[in-house]
Amino acid sequence: MRRLQSTEAVIAVVLILAMVLIGLVNPAFWGVGNLFSLAKSNVIIGIMALGVLLVMISGGIDVSFPAIAAAALYITVRTMVTLDYDGVLLPFMAACVIGVGLGAFNAFIIDRFKMIPLIVTLGTASIVRGLVLGLLGTSIVNINKMPHGLIAFGSQDIAAATASNGANVGLTAMVLVYGAIALVIHFVLRHTMTGRSVYAYGGDPEAARRAGVNTRRTIYFVYCTAGLLAGFAGLLHSSMIWQANPRDFVGLELDVIAAVVLGGASIFGGRGSVLGTMIGVFTLVMVKNSLILMKVDTTWQRVVVGAIIILATAITAWRDRKKLA
Amino acid sequence: MSENLIELKNISKRFGGVRALDSVSMNIRPGEIHCLAGENGSGKSTIIKVMSGVYTPEEGQILISGEPVSKLDPIKAVQNGIQVIWQDFSLFGNLTVAENLALNTYILEGRGRMDWARARKMAREVLARLDVELDIDADVETLPTSGKQIVAIARAILAEARLIIMDEPTTALTRHEVDALFAIVRDLQAQGIAVLFVSHKMREMLEISDRLTVFRNGKKVAEGQMSEFDEPAITRAMTGLELEEQPYVANISADTAPVLEVKNLCVPGIVEGVDLELRPGEIVGISGLIGSGRTELARALFGMENARADTFRIGGRDIFPRSVQEAIGLGIAYVPEDRLSEGLFLTQSIERNMVVSIMDRLRKGLFLDRKAMRSKTEDMFATMQIAAPSADTAVGNLSGGNAQRVMLGRWLLTGAKILILNGPTVGVDVGSKAKIHKIIRDLAHKEGLAVVMISDDVPELTGNCNRIHVMHGGRFVAHFEGQAMSEDQINDSLKALK
Repeated sequence: MRRLQSTEAVIAVVLILAMVLIGLVNPAFWGVGNLFSLAKSNVIIGIMALGVLLVMISGGIDVSFPAIAAAALYITVRTMVTLDYDGVLLPFMAACVIGVGLGAFNAFIIDRFKMIPLIVTLGTASIVRGLVLGLLGTSIVNINKMPHGLIAFGSQDIAAATASNGANVGLTAMVLVYGAIALVIHFVLRHTMTGRSVYAYGGDPEAARRAGVNTRRTIYFVYCTAGLLAGFAGLLHSSMIWQANPRDFVGLELDVIAAVVLGGASIFGGRGSVLGTMIGVFTLVMVKNSLILMKVDTTWQRVVVGAIIILATAITAWRDRKKLA
Repeated sequence: MSENLIELKNISKRFGGVRALDSVSMNIRPGEIHCLAGENGSGKSTIIKVMSGVYTPEEGQILISGEPVSKLDPIKAVQNGIQVIWQDFSLFGNLTVAENLALNTYILEGRGRMDWARARKMAREVLARLDVELDIDADVETLPTSGKQIVAIARAILAEARLIIMDEPTTALTRHEVDALFAIVRDLQAQGIAVLFVSHKMREMLEISDRLTVFRNGKKVAEGQMSEFDEPAITRAMTGLELEEQPYVANISADTAPVLEVKNLCVPGIVEGVDLELRPGEIVGISGLIGSGRTELARALFGMENARADTFRIGGRDIFPRSVQEAIGLGIAYVPEDRLSEGLFLTQSIERNMVVSIMDRLRKGLFLDRKAMRSKTEDMFATMQIAAPSADTAVGNLSGGNAQRVMLGRWLLTGAKILILNGPTVGVDVGSKAKIHKIIRDLAHKEGLAVVMISDDVPELTGNCNRIHVMHGGRFVAHFEGQAMSEDQINDSLKALK
C-alpha cells in the first residue's frame, strides 16, 4: 500500500510540475474561468474512469463503456421525449439500469465462456452502438427538444466568479456528484471485502479461488459497476451539454484508459487507487485543455493521448521490473 | 478420542486407466513431523489432494480424529484444520503481508468490512507466535521465497491448522533458510500442530522428521519411525532398486588405444594446462569447486572455447575441434549443465528433439526420411527407458530425469564416441538418477563409449567412474583410482582447496 501511495505522490508531483509549466507558457491557464471549465471537463471522464479502474484492478479491461454510456443516455432521453416526461431521478435510475444490464452482459460472457475481456467488450461495444443506431435512429436530440428538468439539473453551479474578461463563470455542481461517487468507490475498494476481493482476483485469480473468494460475484460486481457508472455518466453528460447524441463518446475509451494507467493502475491487474485515478484524469484533461489553449489542432491531441498511454504503461512496467530485480 | 489426527484407510484413486493410488493406508498423529517420500508419479501429490478434499477417492475411508468423514471437500478439510501449502504458496503478491494473512479468515467469517486494524493485529500476533520478524506492511511480492513461505505458514496457523502439509518446501531455499524453516516447524510441533513434509530431499527429511511413509507406484511400500531408516534404505524403498554401490570397473585391456589424448590444454586465464587421456569404456570423473575451470574444460573439448593444446588427438588423429559442428563431426557430444535452457525445445516432441542433431543425415532428397527418423527415435526411446506415452509427447511435459534422457539420446544418435556430461543428474529424482547412471555405465561398458562426467555430487562420481580428477585453479590437482577413490577421500581433497 505504501508503494501505491508513493506512486500517487509521483503522479501528483508530475501534475504540479506540468501545471506550473503550463502556467508559465500560458498565464491564461490560471484564470478562474479556465480552472472552472477544467473542473467541469473532469466530471464525465472521471466517473467513467472510476468504472474502468475497477475493471483494471480486477485484471480485465473494458472498452465498451463509451458505447454503454451513449446507449443509456440516448435510450433514456428518447423515451423521455416520446413520453413527454420531465423528471430527473427516474431517468437517471433508468440510465443506471441500462448500464448495469449491459455490464452484466459483459460479465456473463467473460465468466461463462472464460473469454478475454478486451475481445468481449469490443464486441459488446459494436453490438450496442449498432443496435442503438439501427433501432432508435441517428437523429440528435437538441436543446429545443431536450427535457427541461435534465437541463436544469445539469446547469446548477456551486460557485460563481467573474473572469478576467468580465464574463460570469460558474463552477458546475456536478463536481460534487463526481466527488461523492469517488468517495463511495474509494470506500468500497479500500474498506469492504468486495473491494479487496477485486484486488485479490486481479493479483492472482487462482489463489483468490482457493482463498474462498466468490470469483463469479467479483466479475459481475466489477463489470456491472463499470456499466452503472458509464450509464450514469452518459445521462449526466447529456444534461450538461443539453443534447443527446447517439454517436457520443466515440474514441473516449482511449482517453479514459490513458487516464487510469497514468493514475498508476496496472494493466496486469491488482494495482490502482481512486486518488491516483482522479489525479490521472485531471492530468490528462489538463494536458488536452492546454493543447486547446495553445491552439494545437485537435488531431494532434490524439497523438498526445497515445503517447501518454505508452509512456505511462512503460513507466509502470519499468517500476514492476525494478521491483522484481 | 483416537490417537490419529487423520487416518486414511485403503484409499484408491484412478485417473482413466492409471491407478494413482492403490489401496493406500496412512496415518498422521497430532503434533508429529511426518515425511512422505516418493518419486515423481508415486502418488504423493494425489494423496495430498485426497487429504485436502480436492480429490474424492473411489474407494476407502477417511477418518479425522477417529470420526469417519464422508465426502471430504476442500471446505470440510479446512474446517477440520487441514491446510496445504502448495509450492506456489497461493499468496497475493500485490497485497500486504497483513492483508494476505487476514483475507482467508475474513472470507471464512463472511465479513463485509475490511478491518485493517484487526488484520495488522492478527498478523503481528501470528508472526510473534512463529517468532519471526517480517514487515507486515510490505507487499508480499517484495519478499524472498523464504518470507513468502513464512506468510503461507502463518496463514495456515490463522486458519487454525492442526495439520500443515508442505509440498517440497525446501526446494528453493538456501541451507540457512532451511534451518530457519525447521526451527519454525519445531515450534509448530511444540504447539501441537502436525506437519507433513512431501519431499524427496532425504538428507533434510532425516534431520527433521519423526516418522516416514514411502510411496512407490501408487502403493505404500514402507513406513515407520525415522530412526529405523537411513538414506540408502529410503532410496531403496522409493525406487525398488538395489542401487549399485560397487565402483565402476572399466572394461578395457591395457593395449586399448586412447580415443582422446590431450596434453597441456589451456583456455587463457581459466584452464592452465590439463592433460587428459580417455579410453573407450572409461568413465572419468571431474570434481572441483565452482570456478575451478571444469566447465570451461568441457566447453574447450567441445570446441566452444578459444583454447589451445600441445597435443589434441582424437582416435589417433591430430585434430583440434574449433567449432561445435567440428566437434560433433569428430564424435564428441556435450550435455550441458542447464539442459532445459541450453538444449531442449520444450514445446516440441521427443522425436524432434532427438533427431535435431542428425537432421541432414536423415535427408531423402528434399525431404526428411520419416521412416528412418521414426525407427531411430523408437530405438533410442527404448534404450533410454523414457517414461512417456509416446515419442510424440512434448519434452516440456517430461520430468527432469526423462528430459535429461532425451538429451542423452540426441547425442548418442549422432554416433558420439566421447560423451561429456556436465552435472548429468542435477534436479533429477533418486530413481531416475539411478536409471541415468545405469544407462551411462551400460553405454560405456557395452558400447565402448568414453565418458567424462563433471559433477558436484561426489557419490555420483565415486559410484560411476573408474577414475576421478580433482580440478582446482584450472589444473588437475589430484587423481583417484580404484581403492583410493572413496567419497571421504575426495571430500577431504575438495575441502583442502577452500
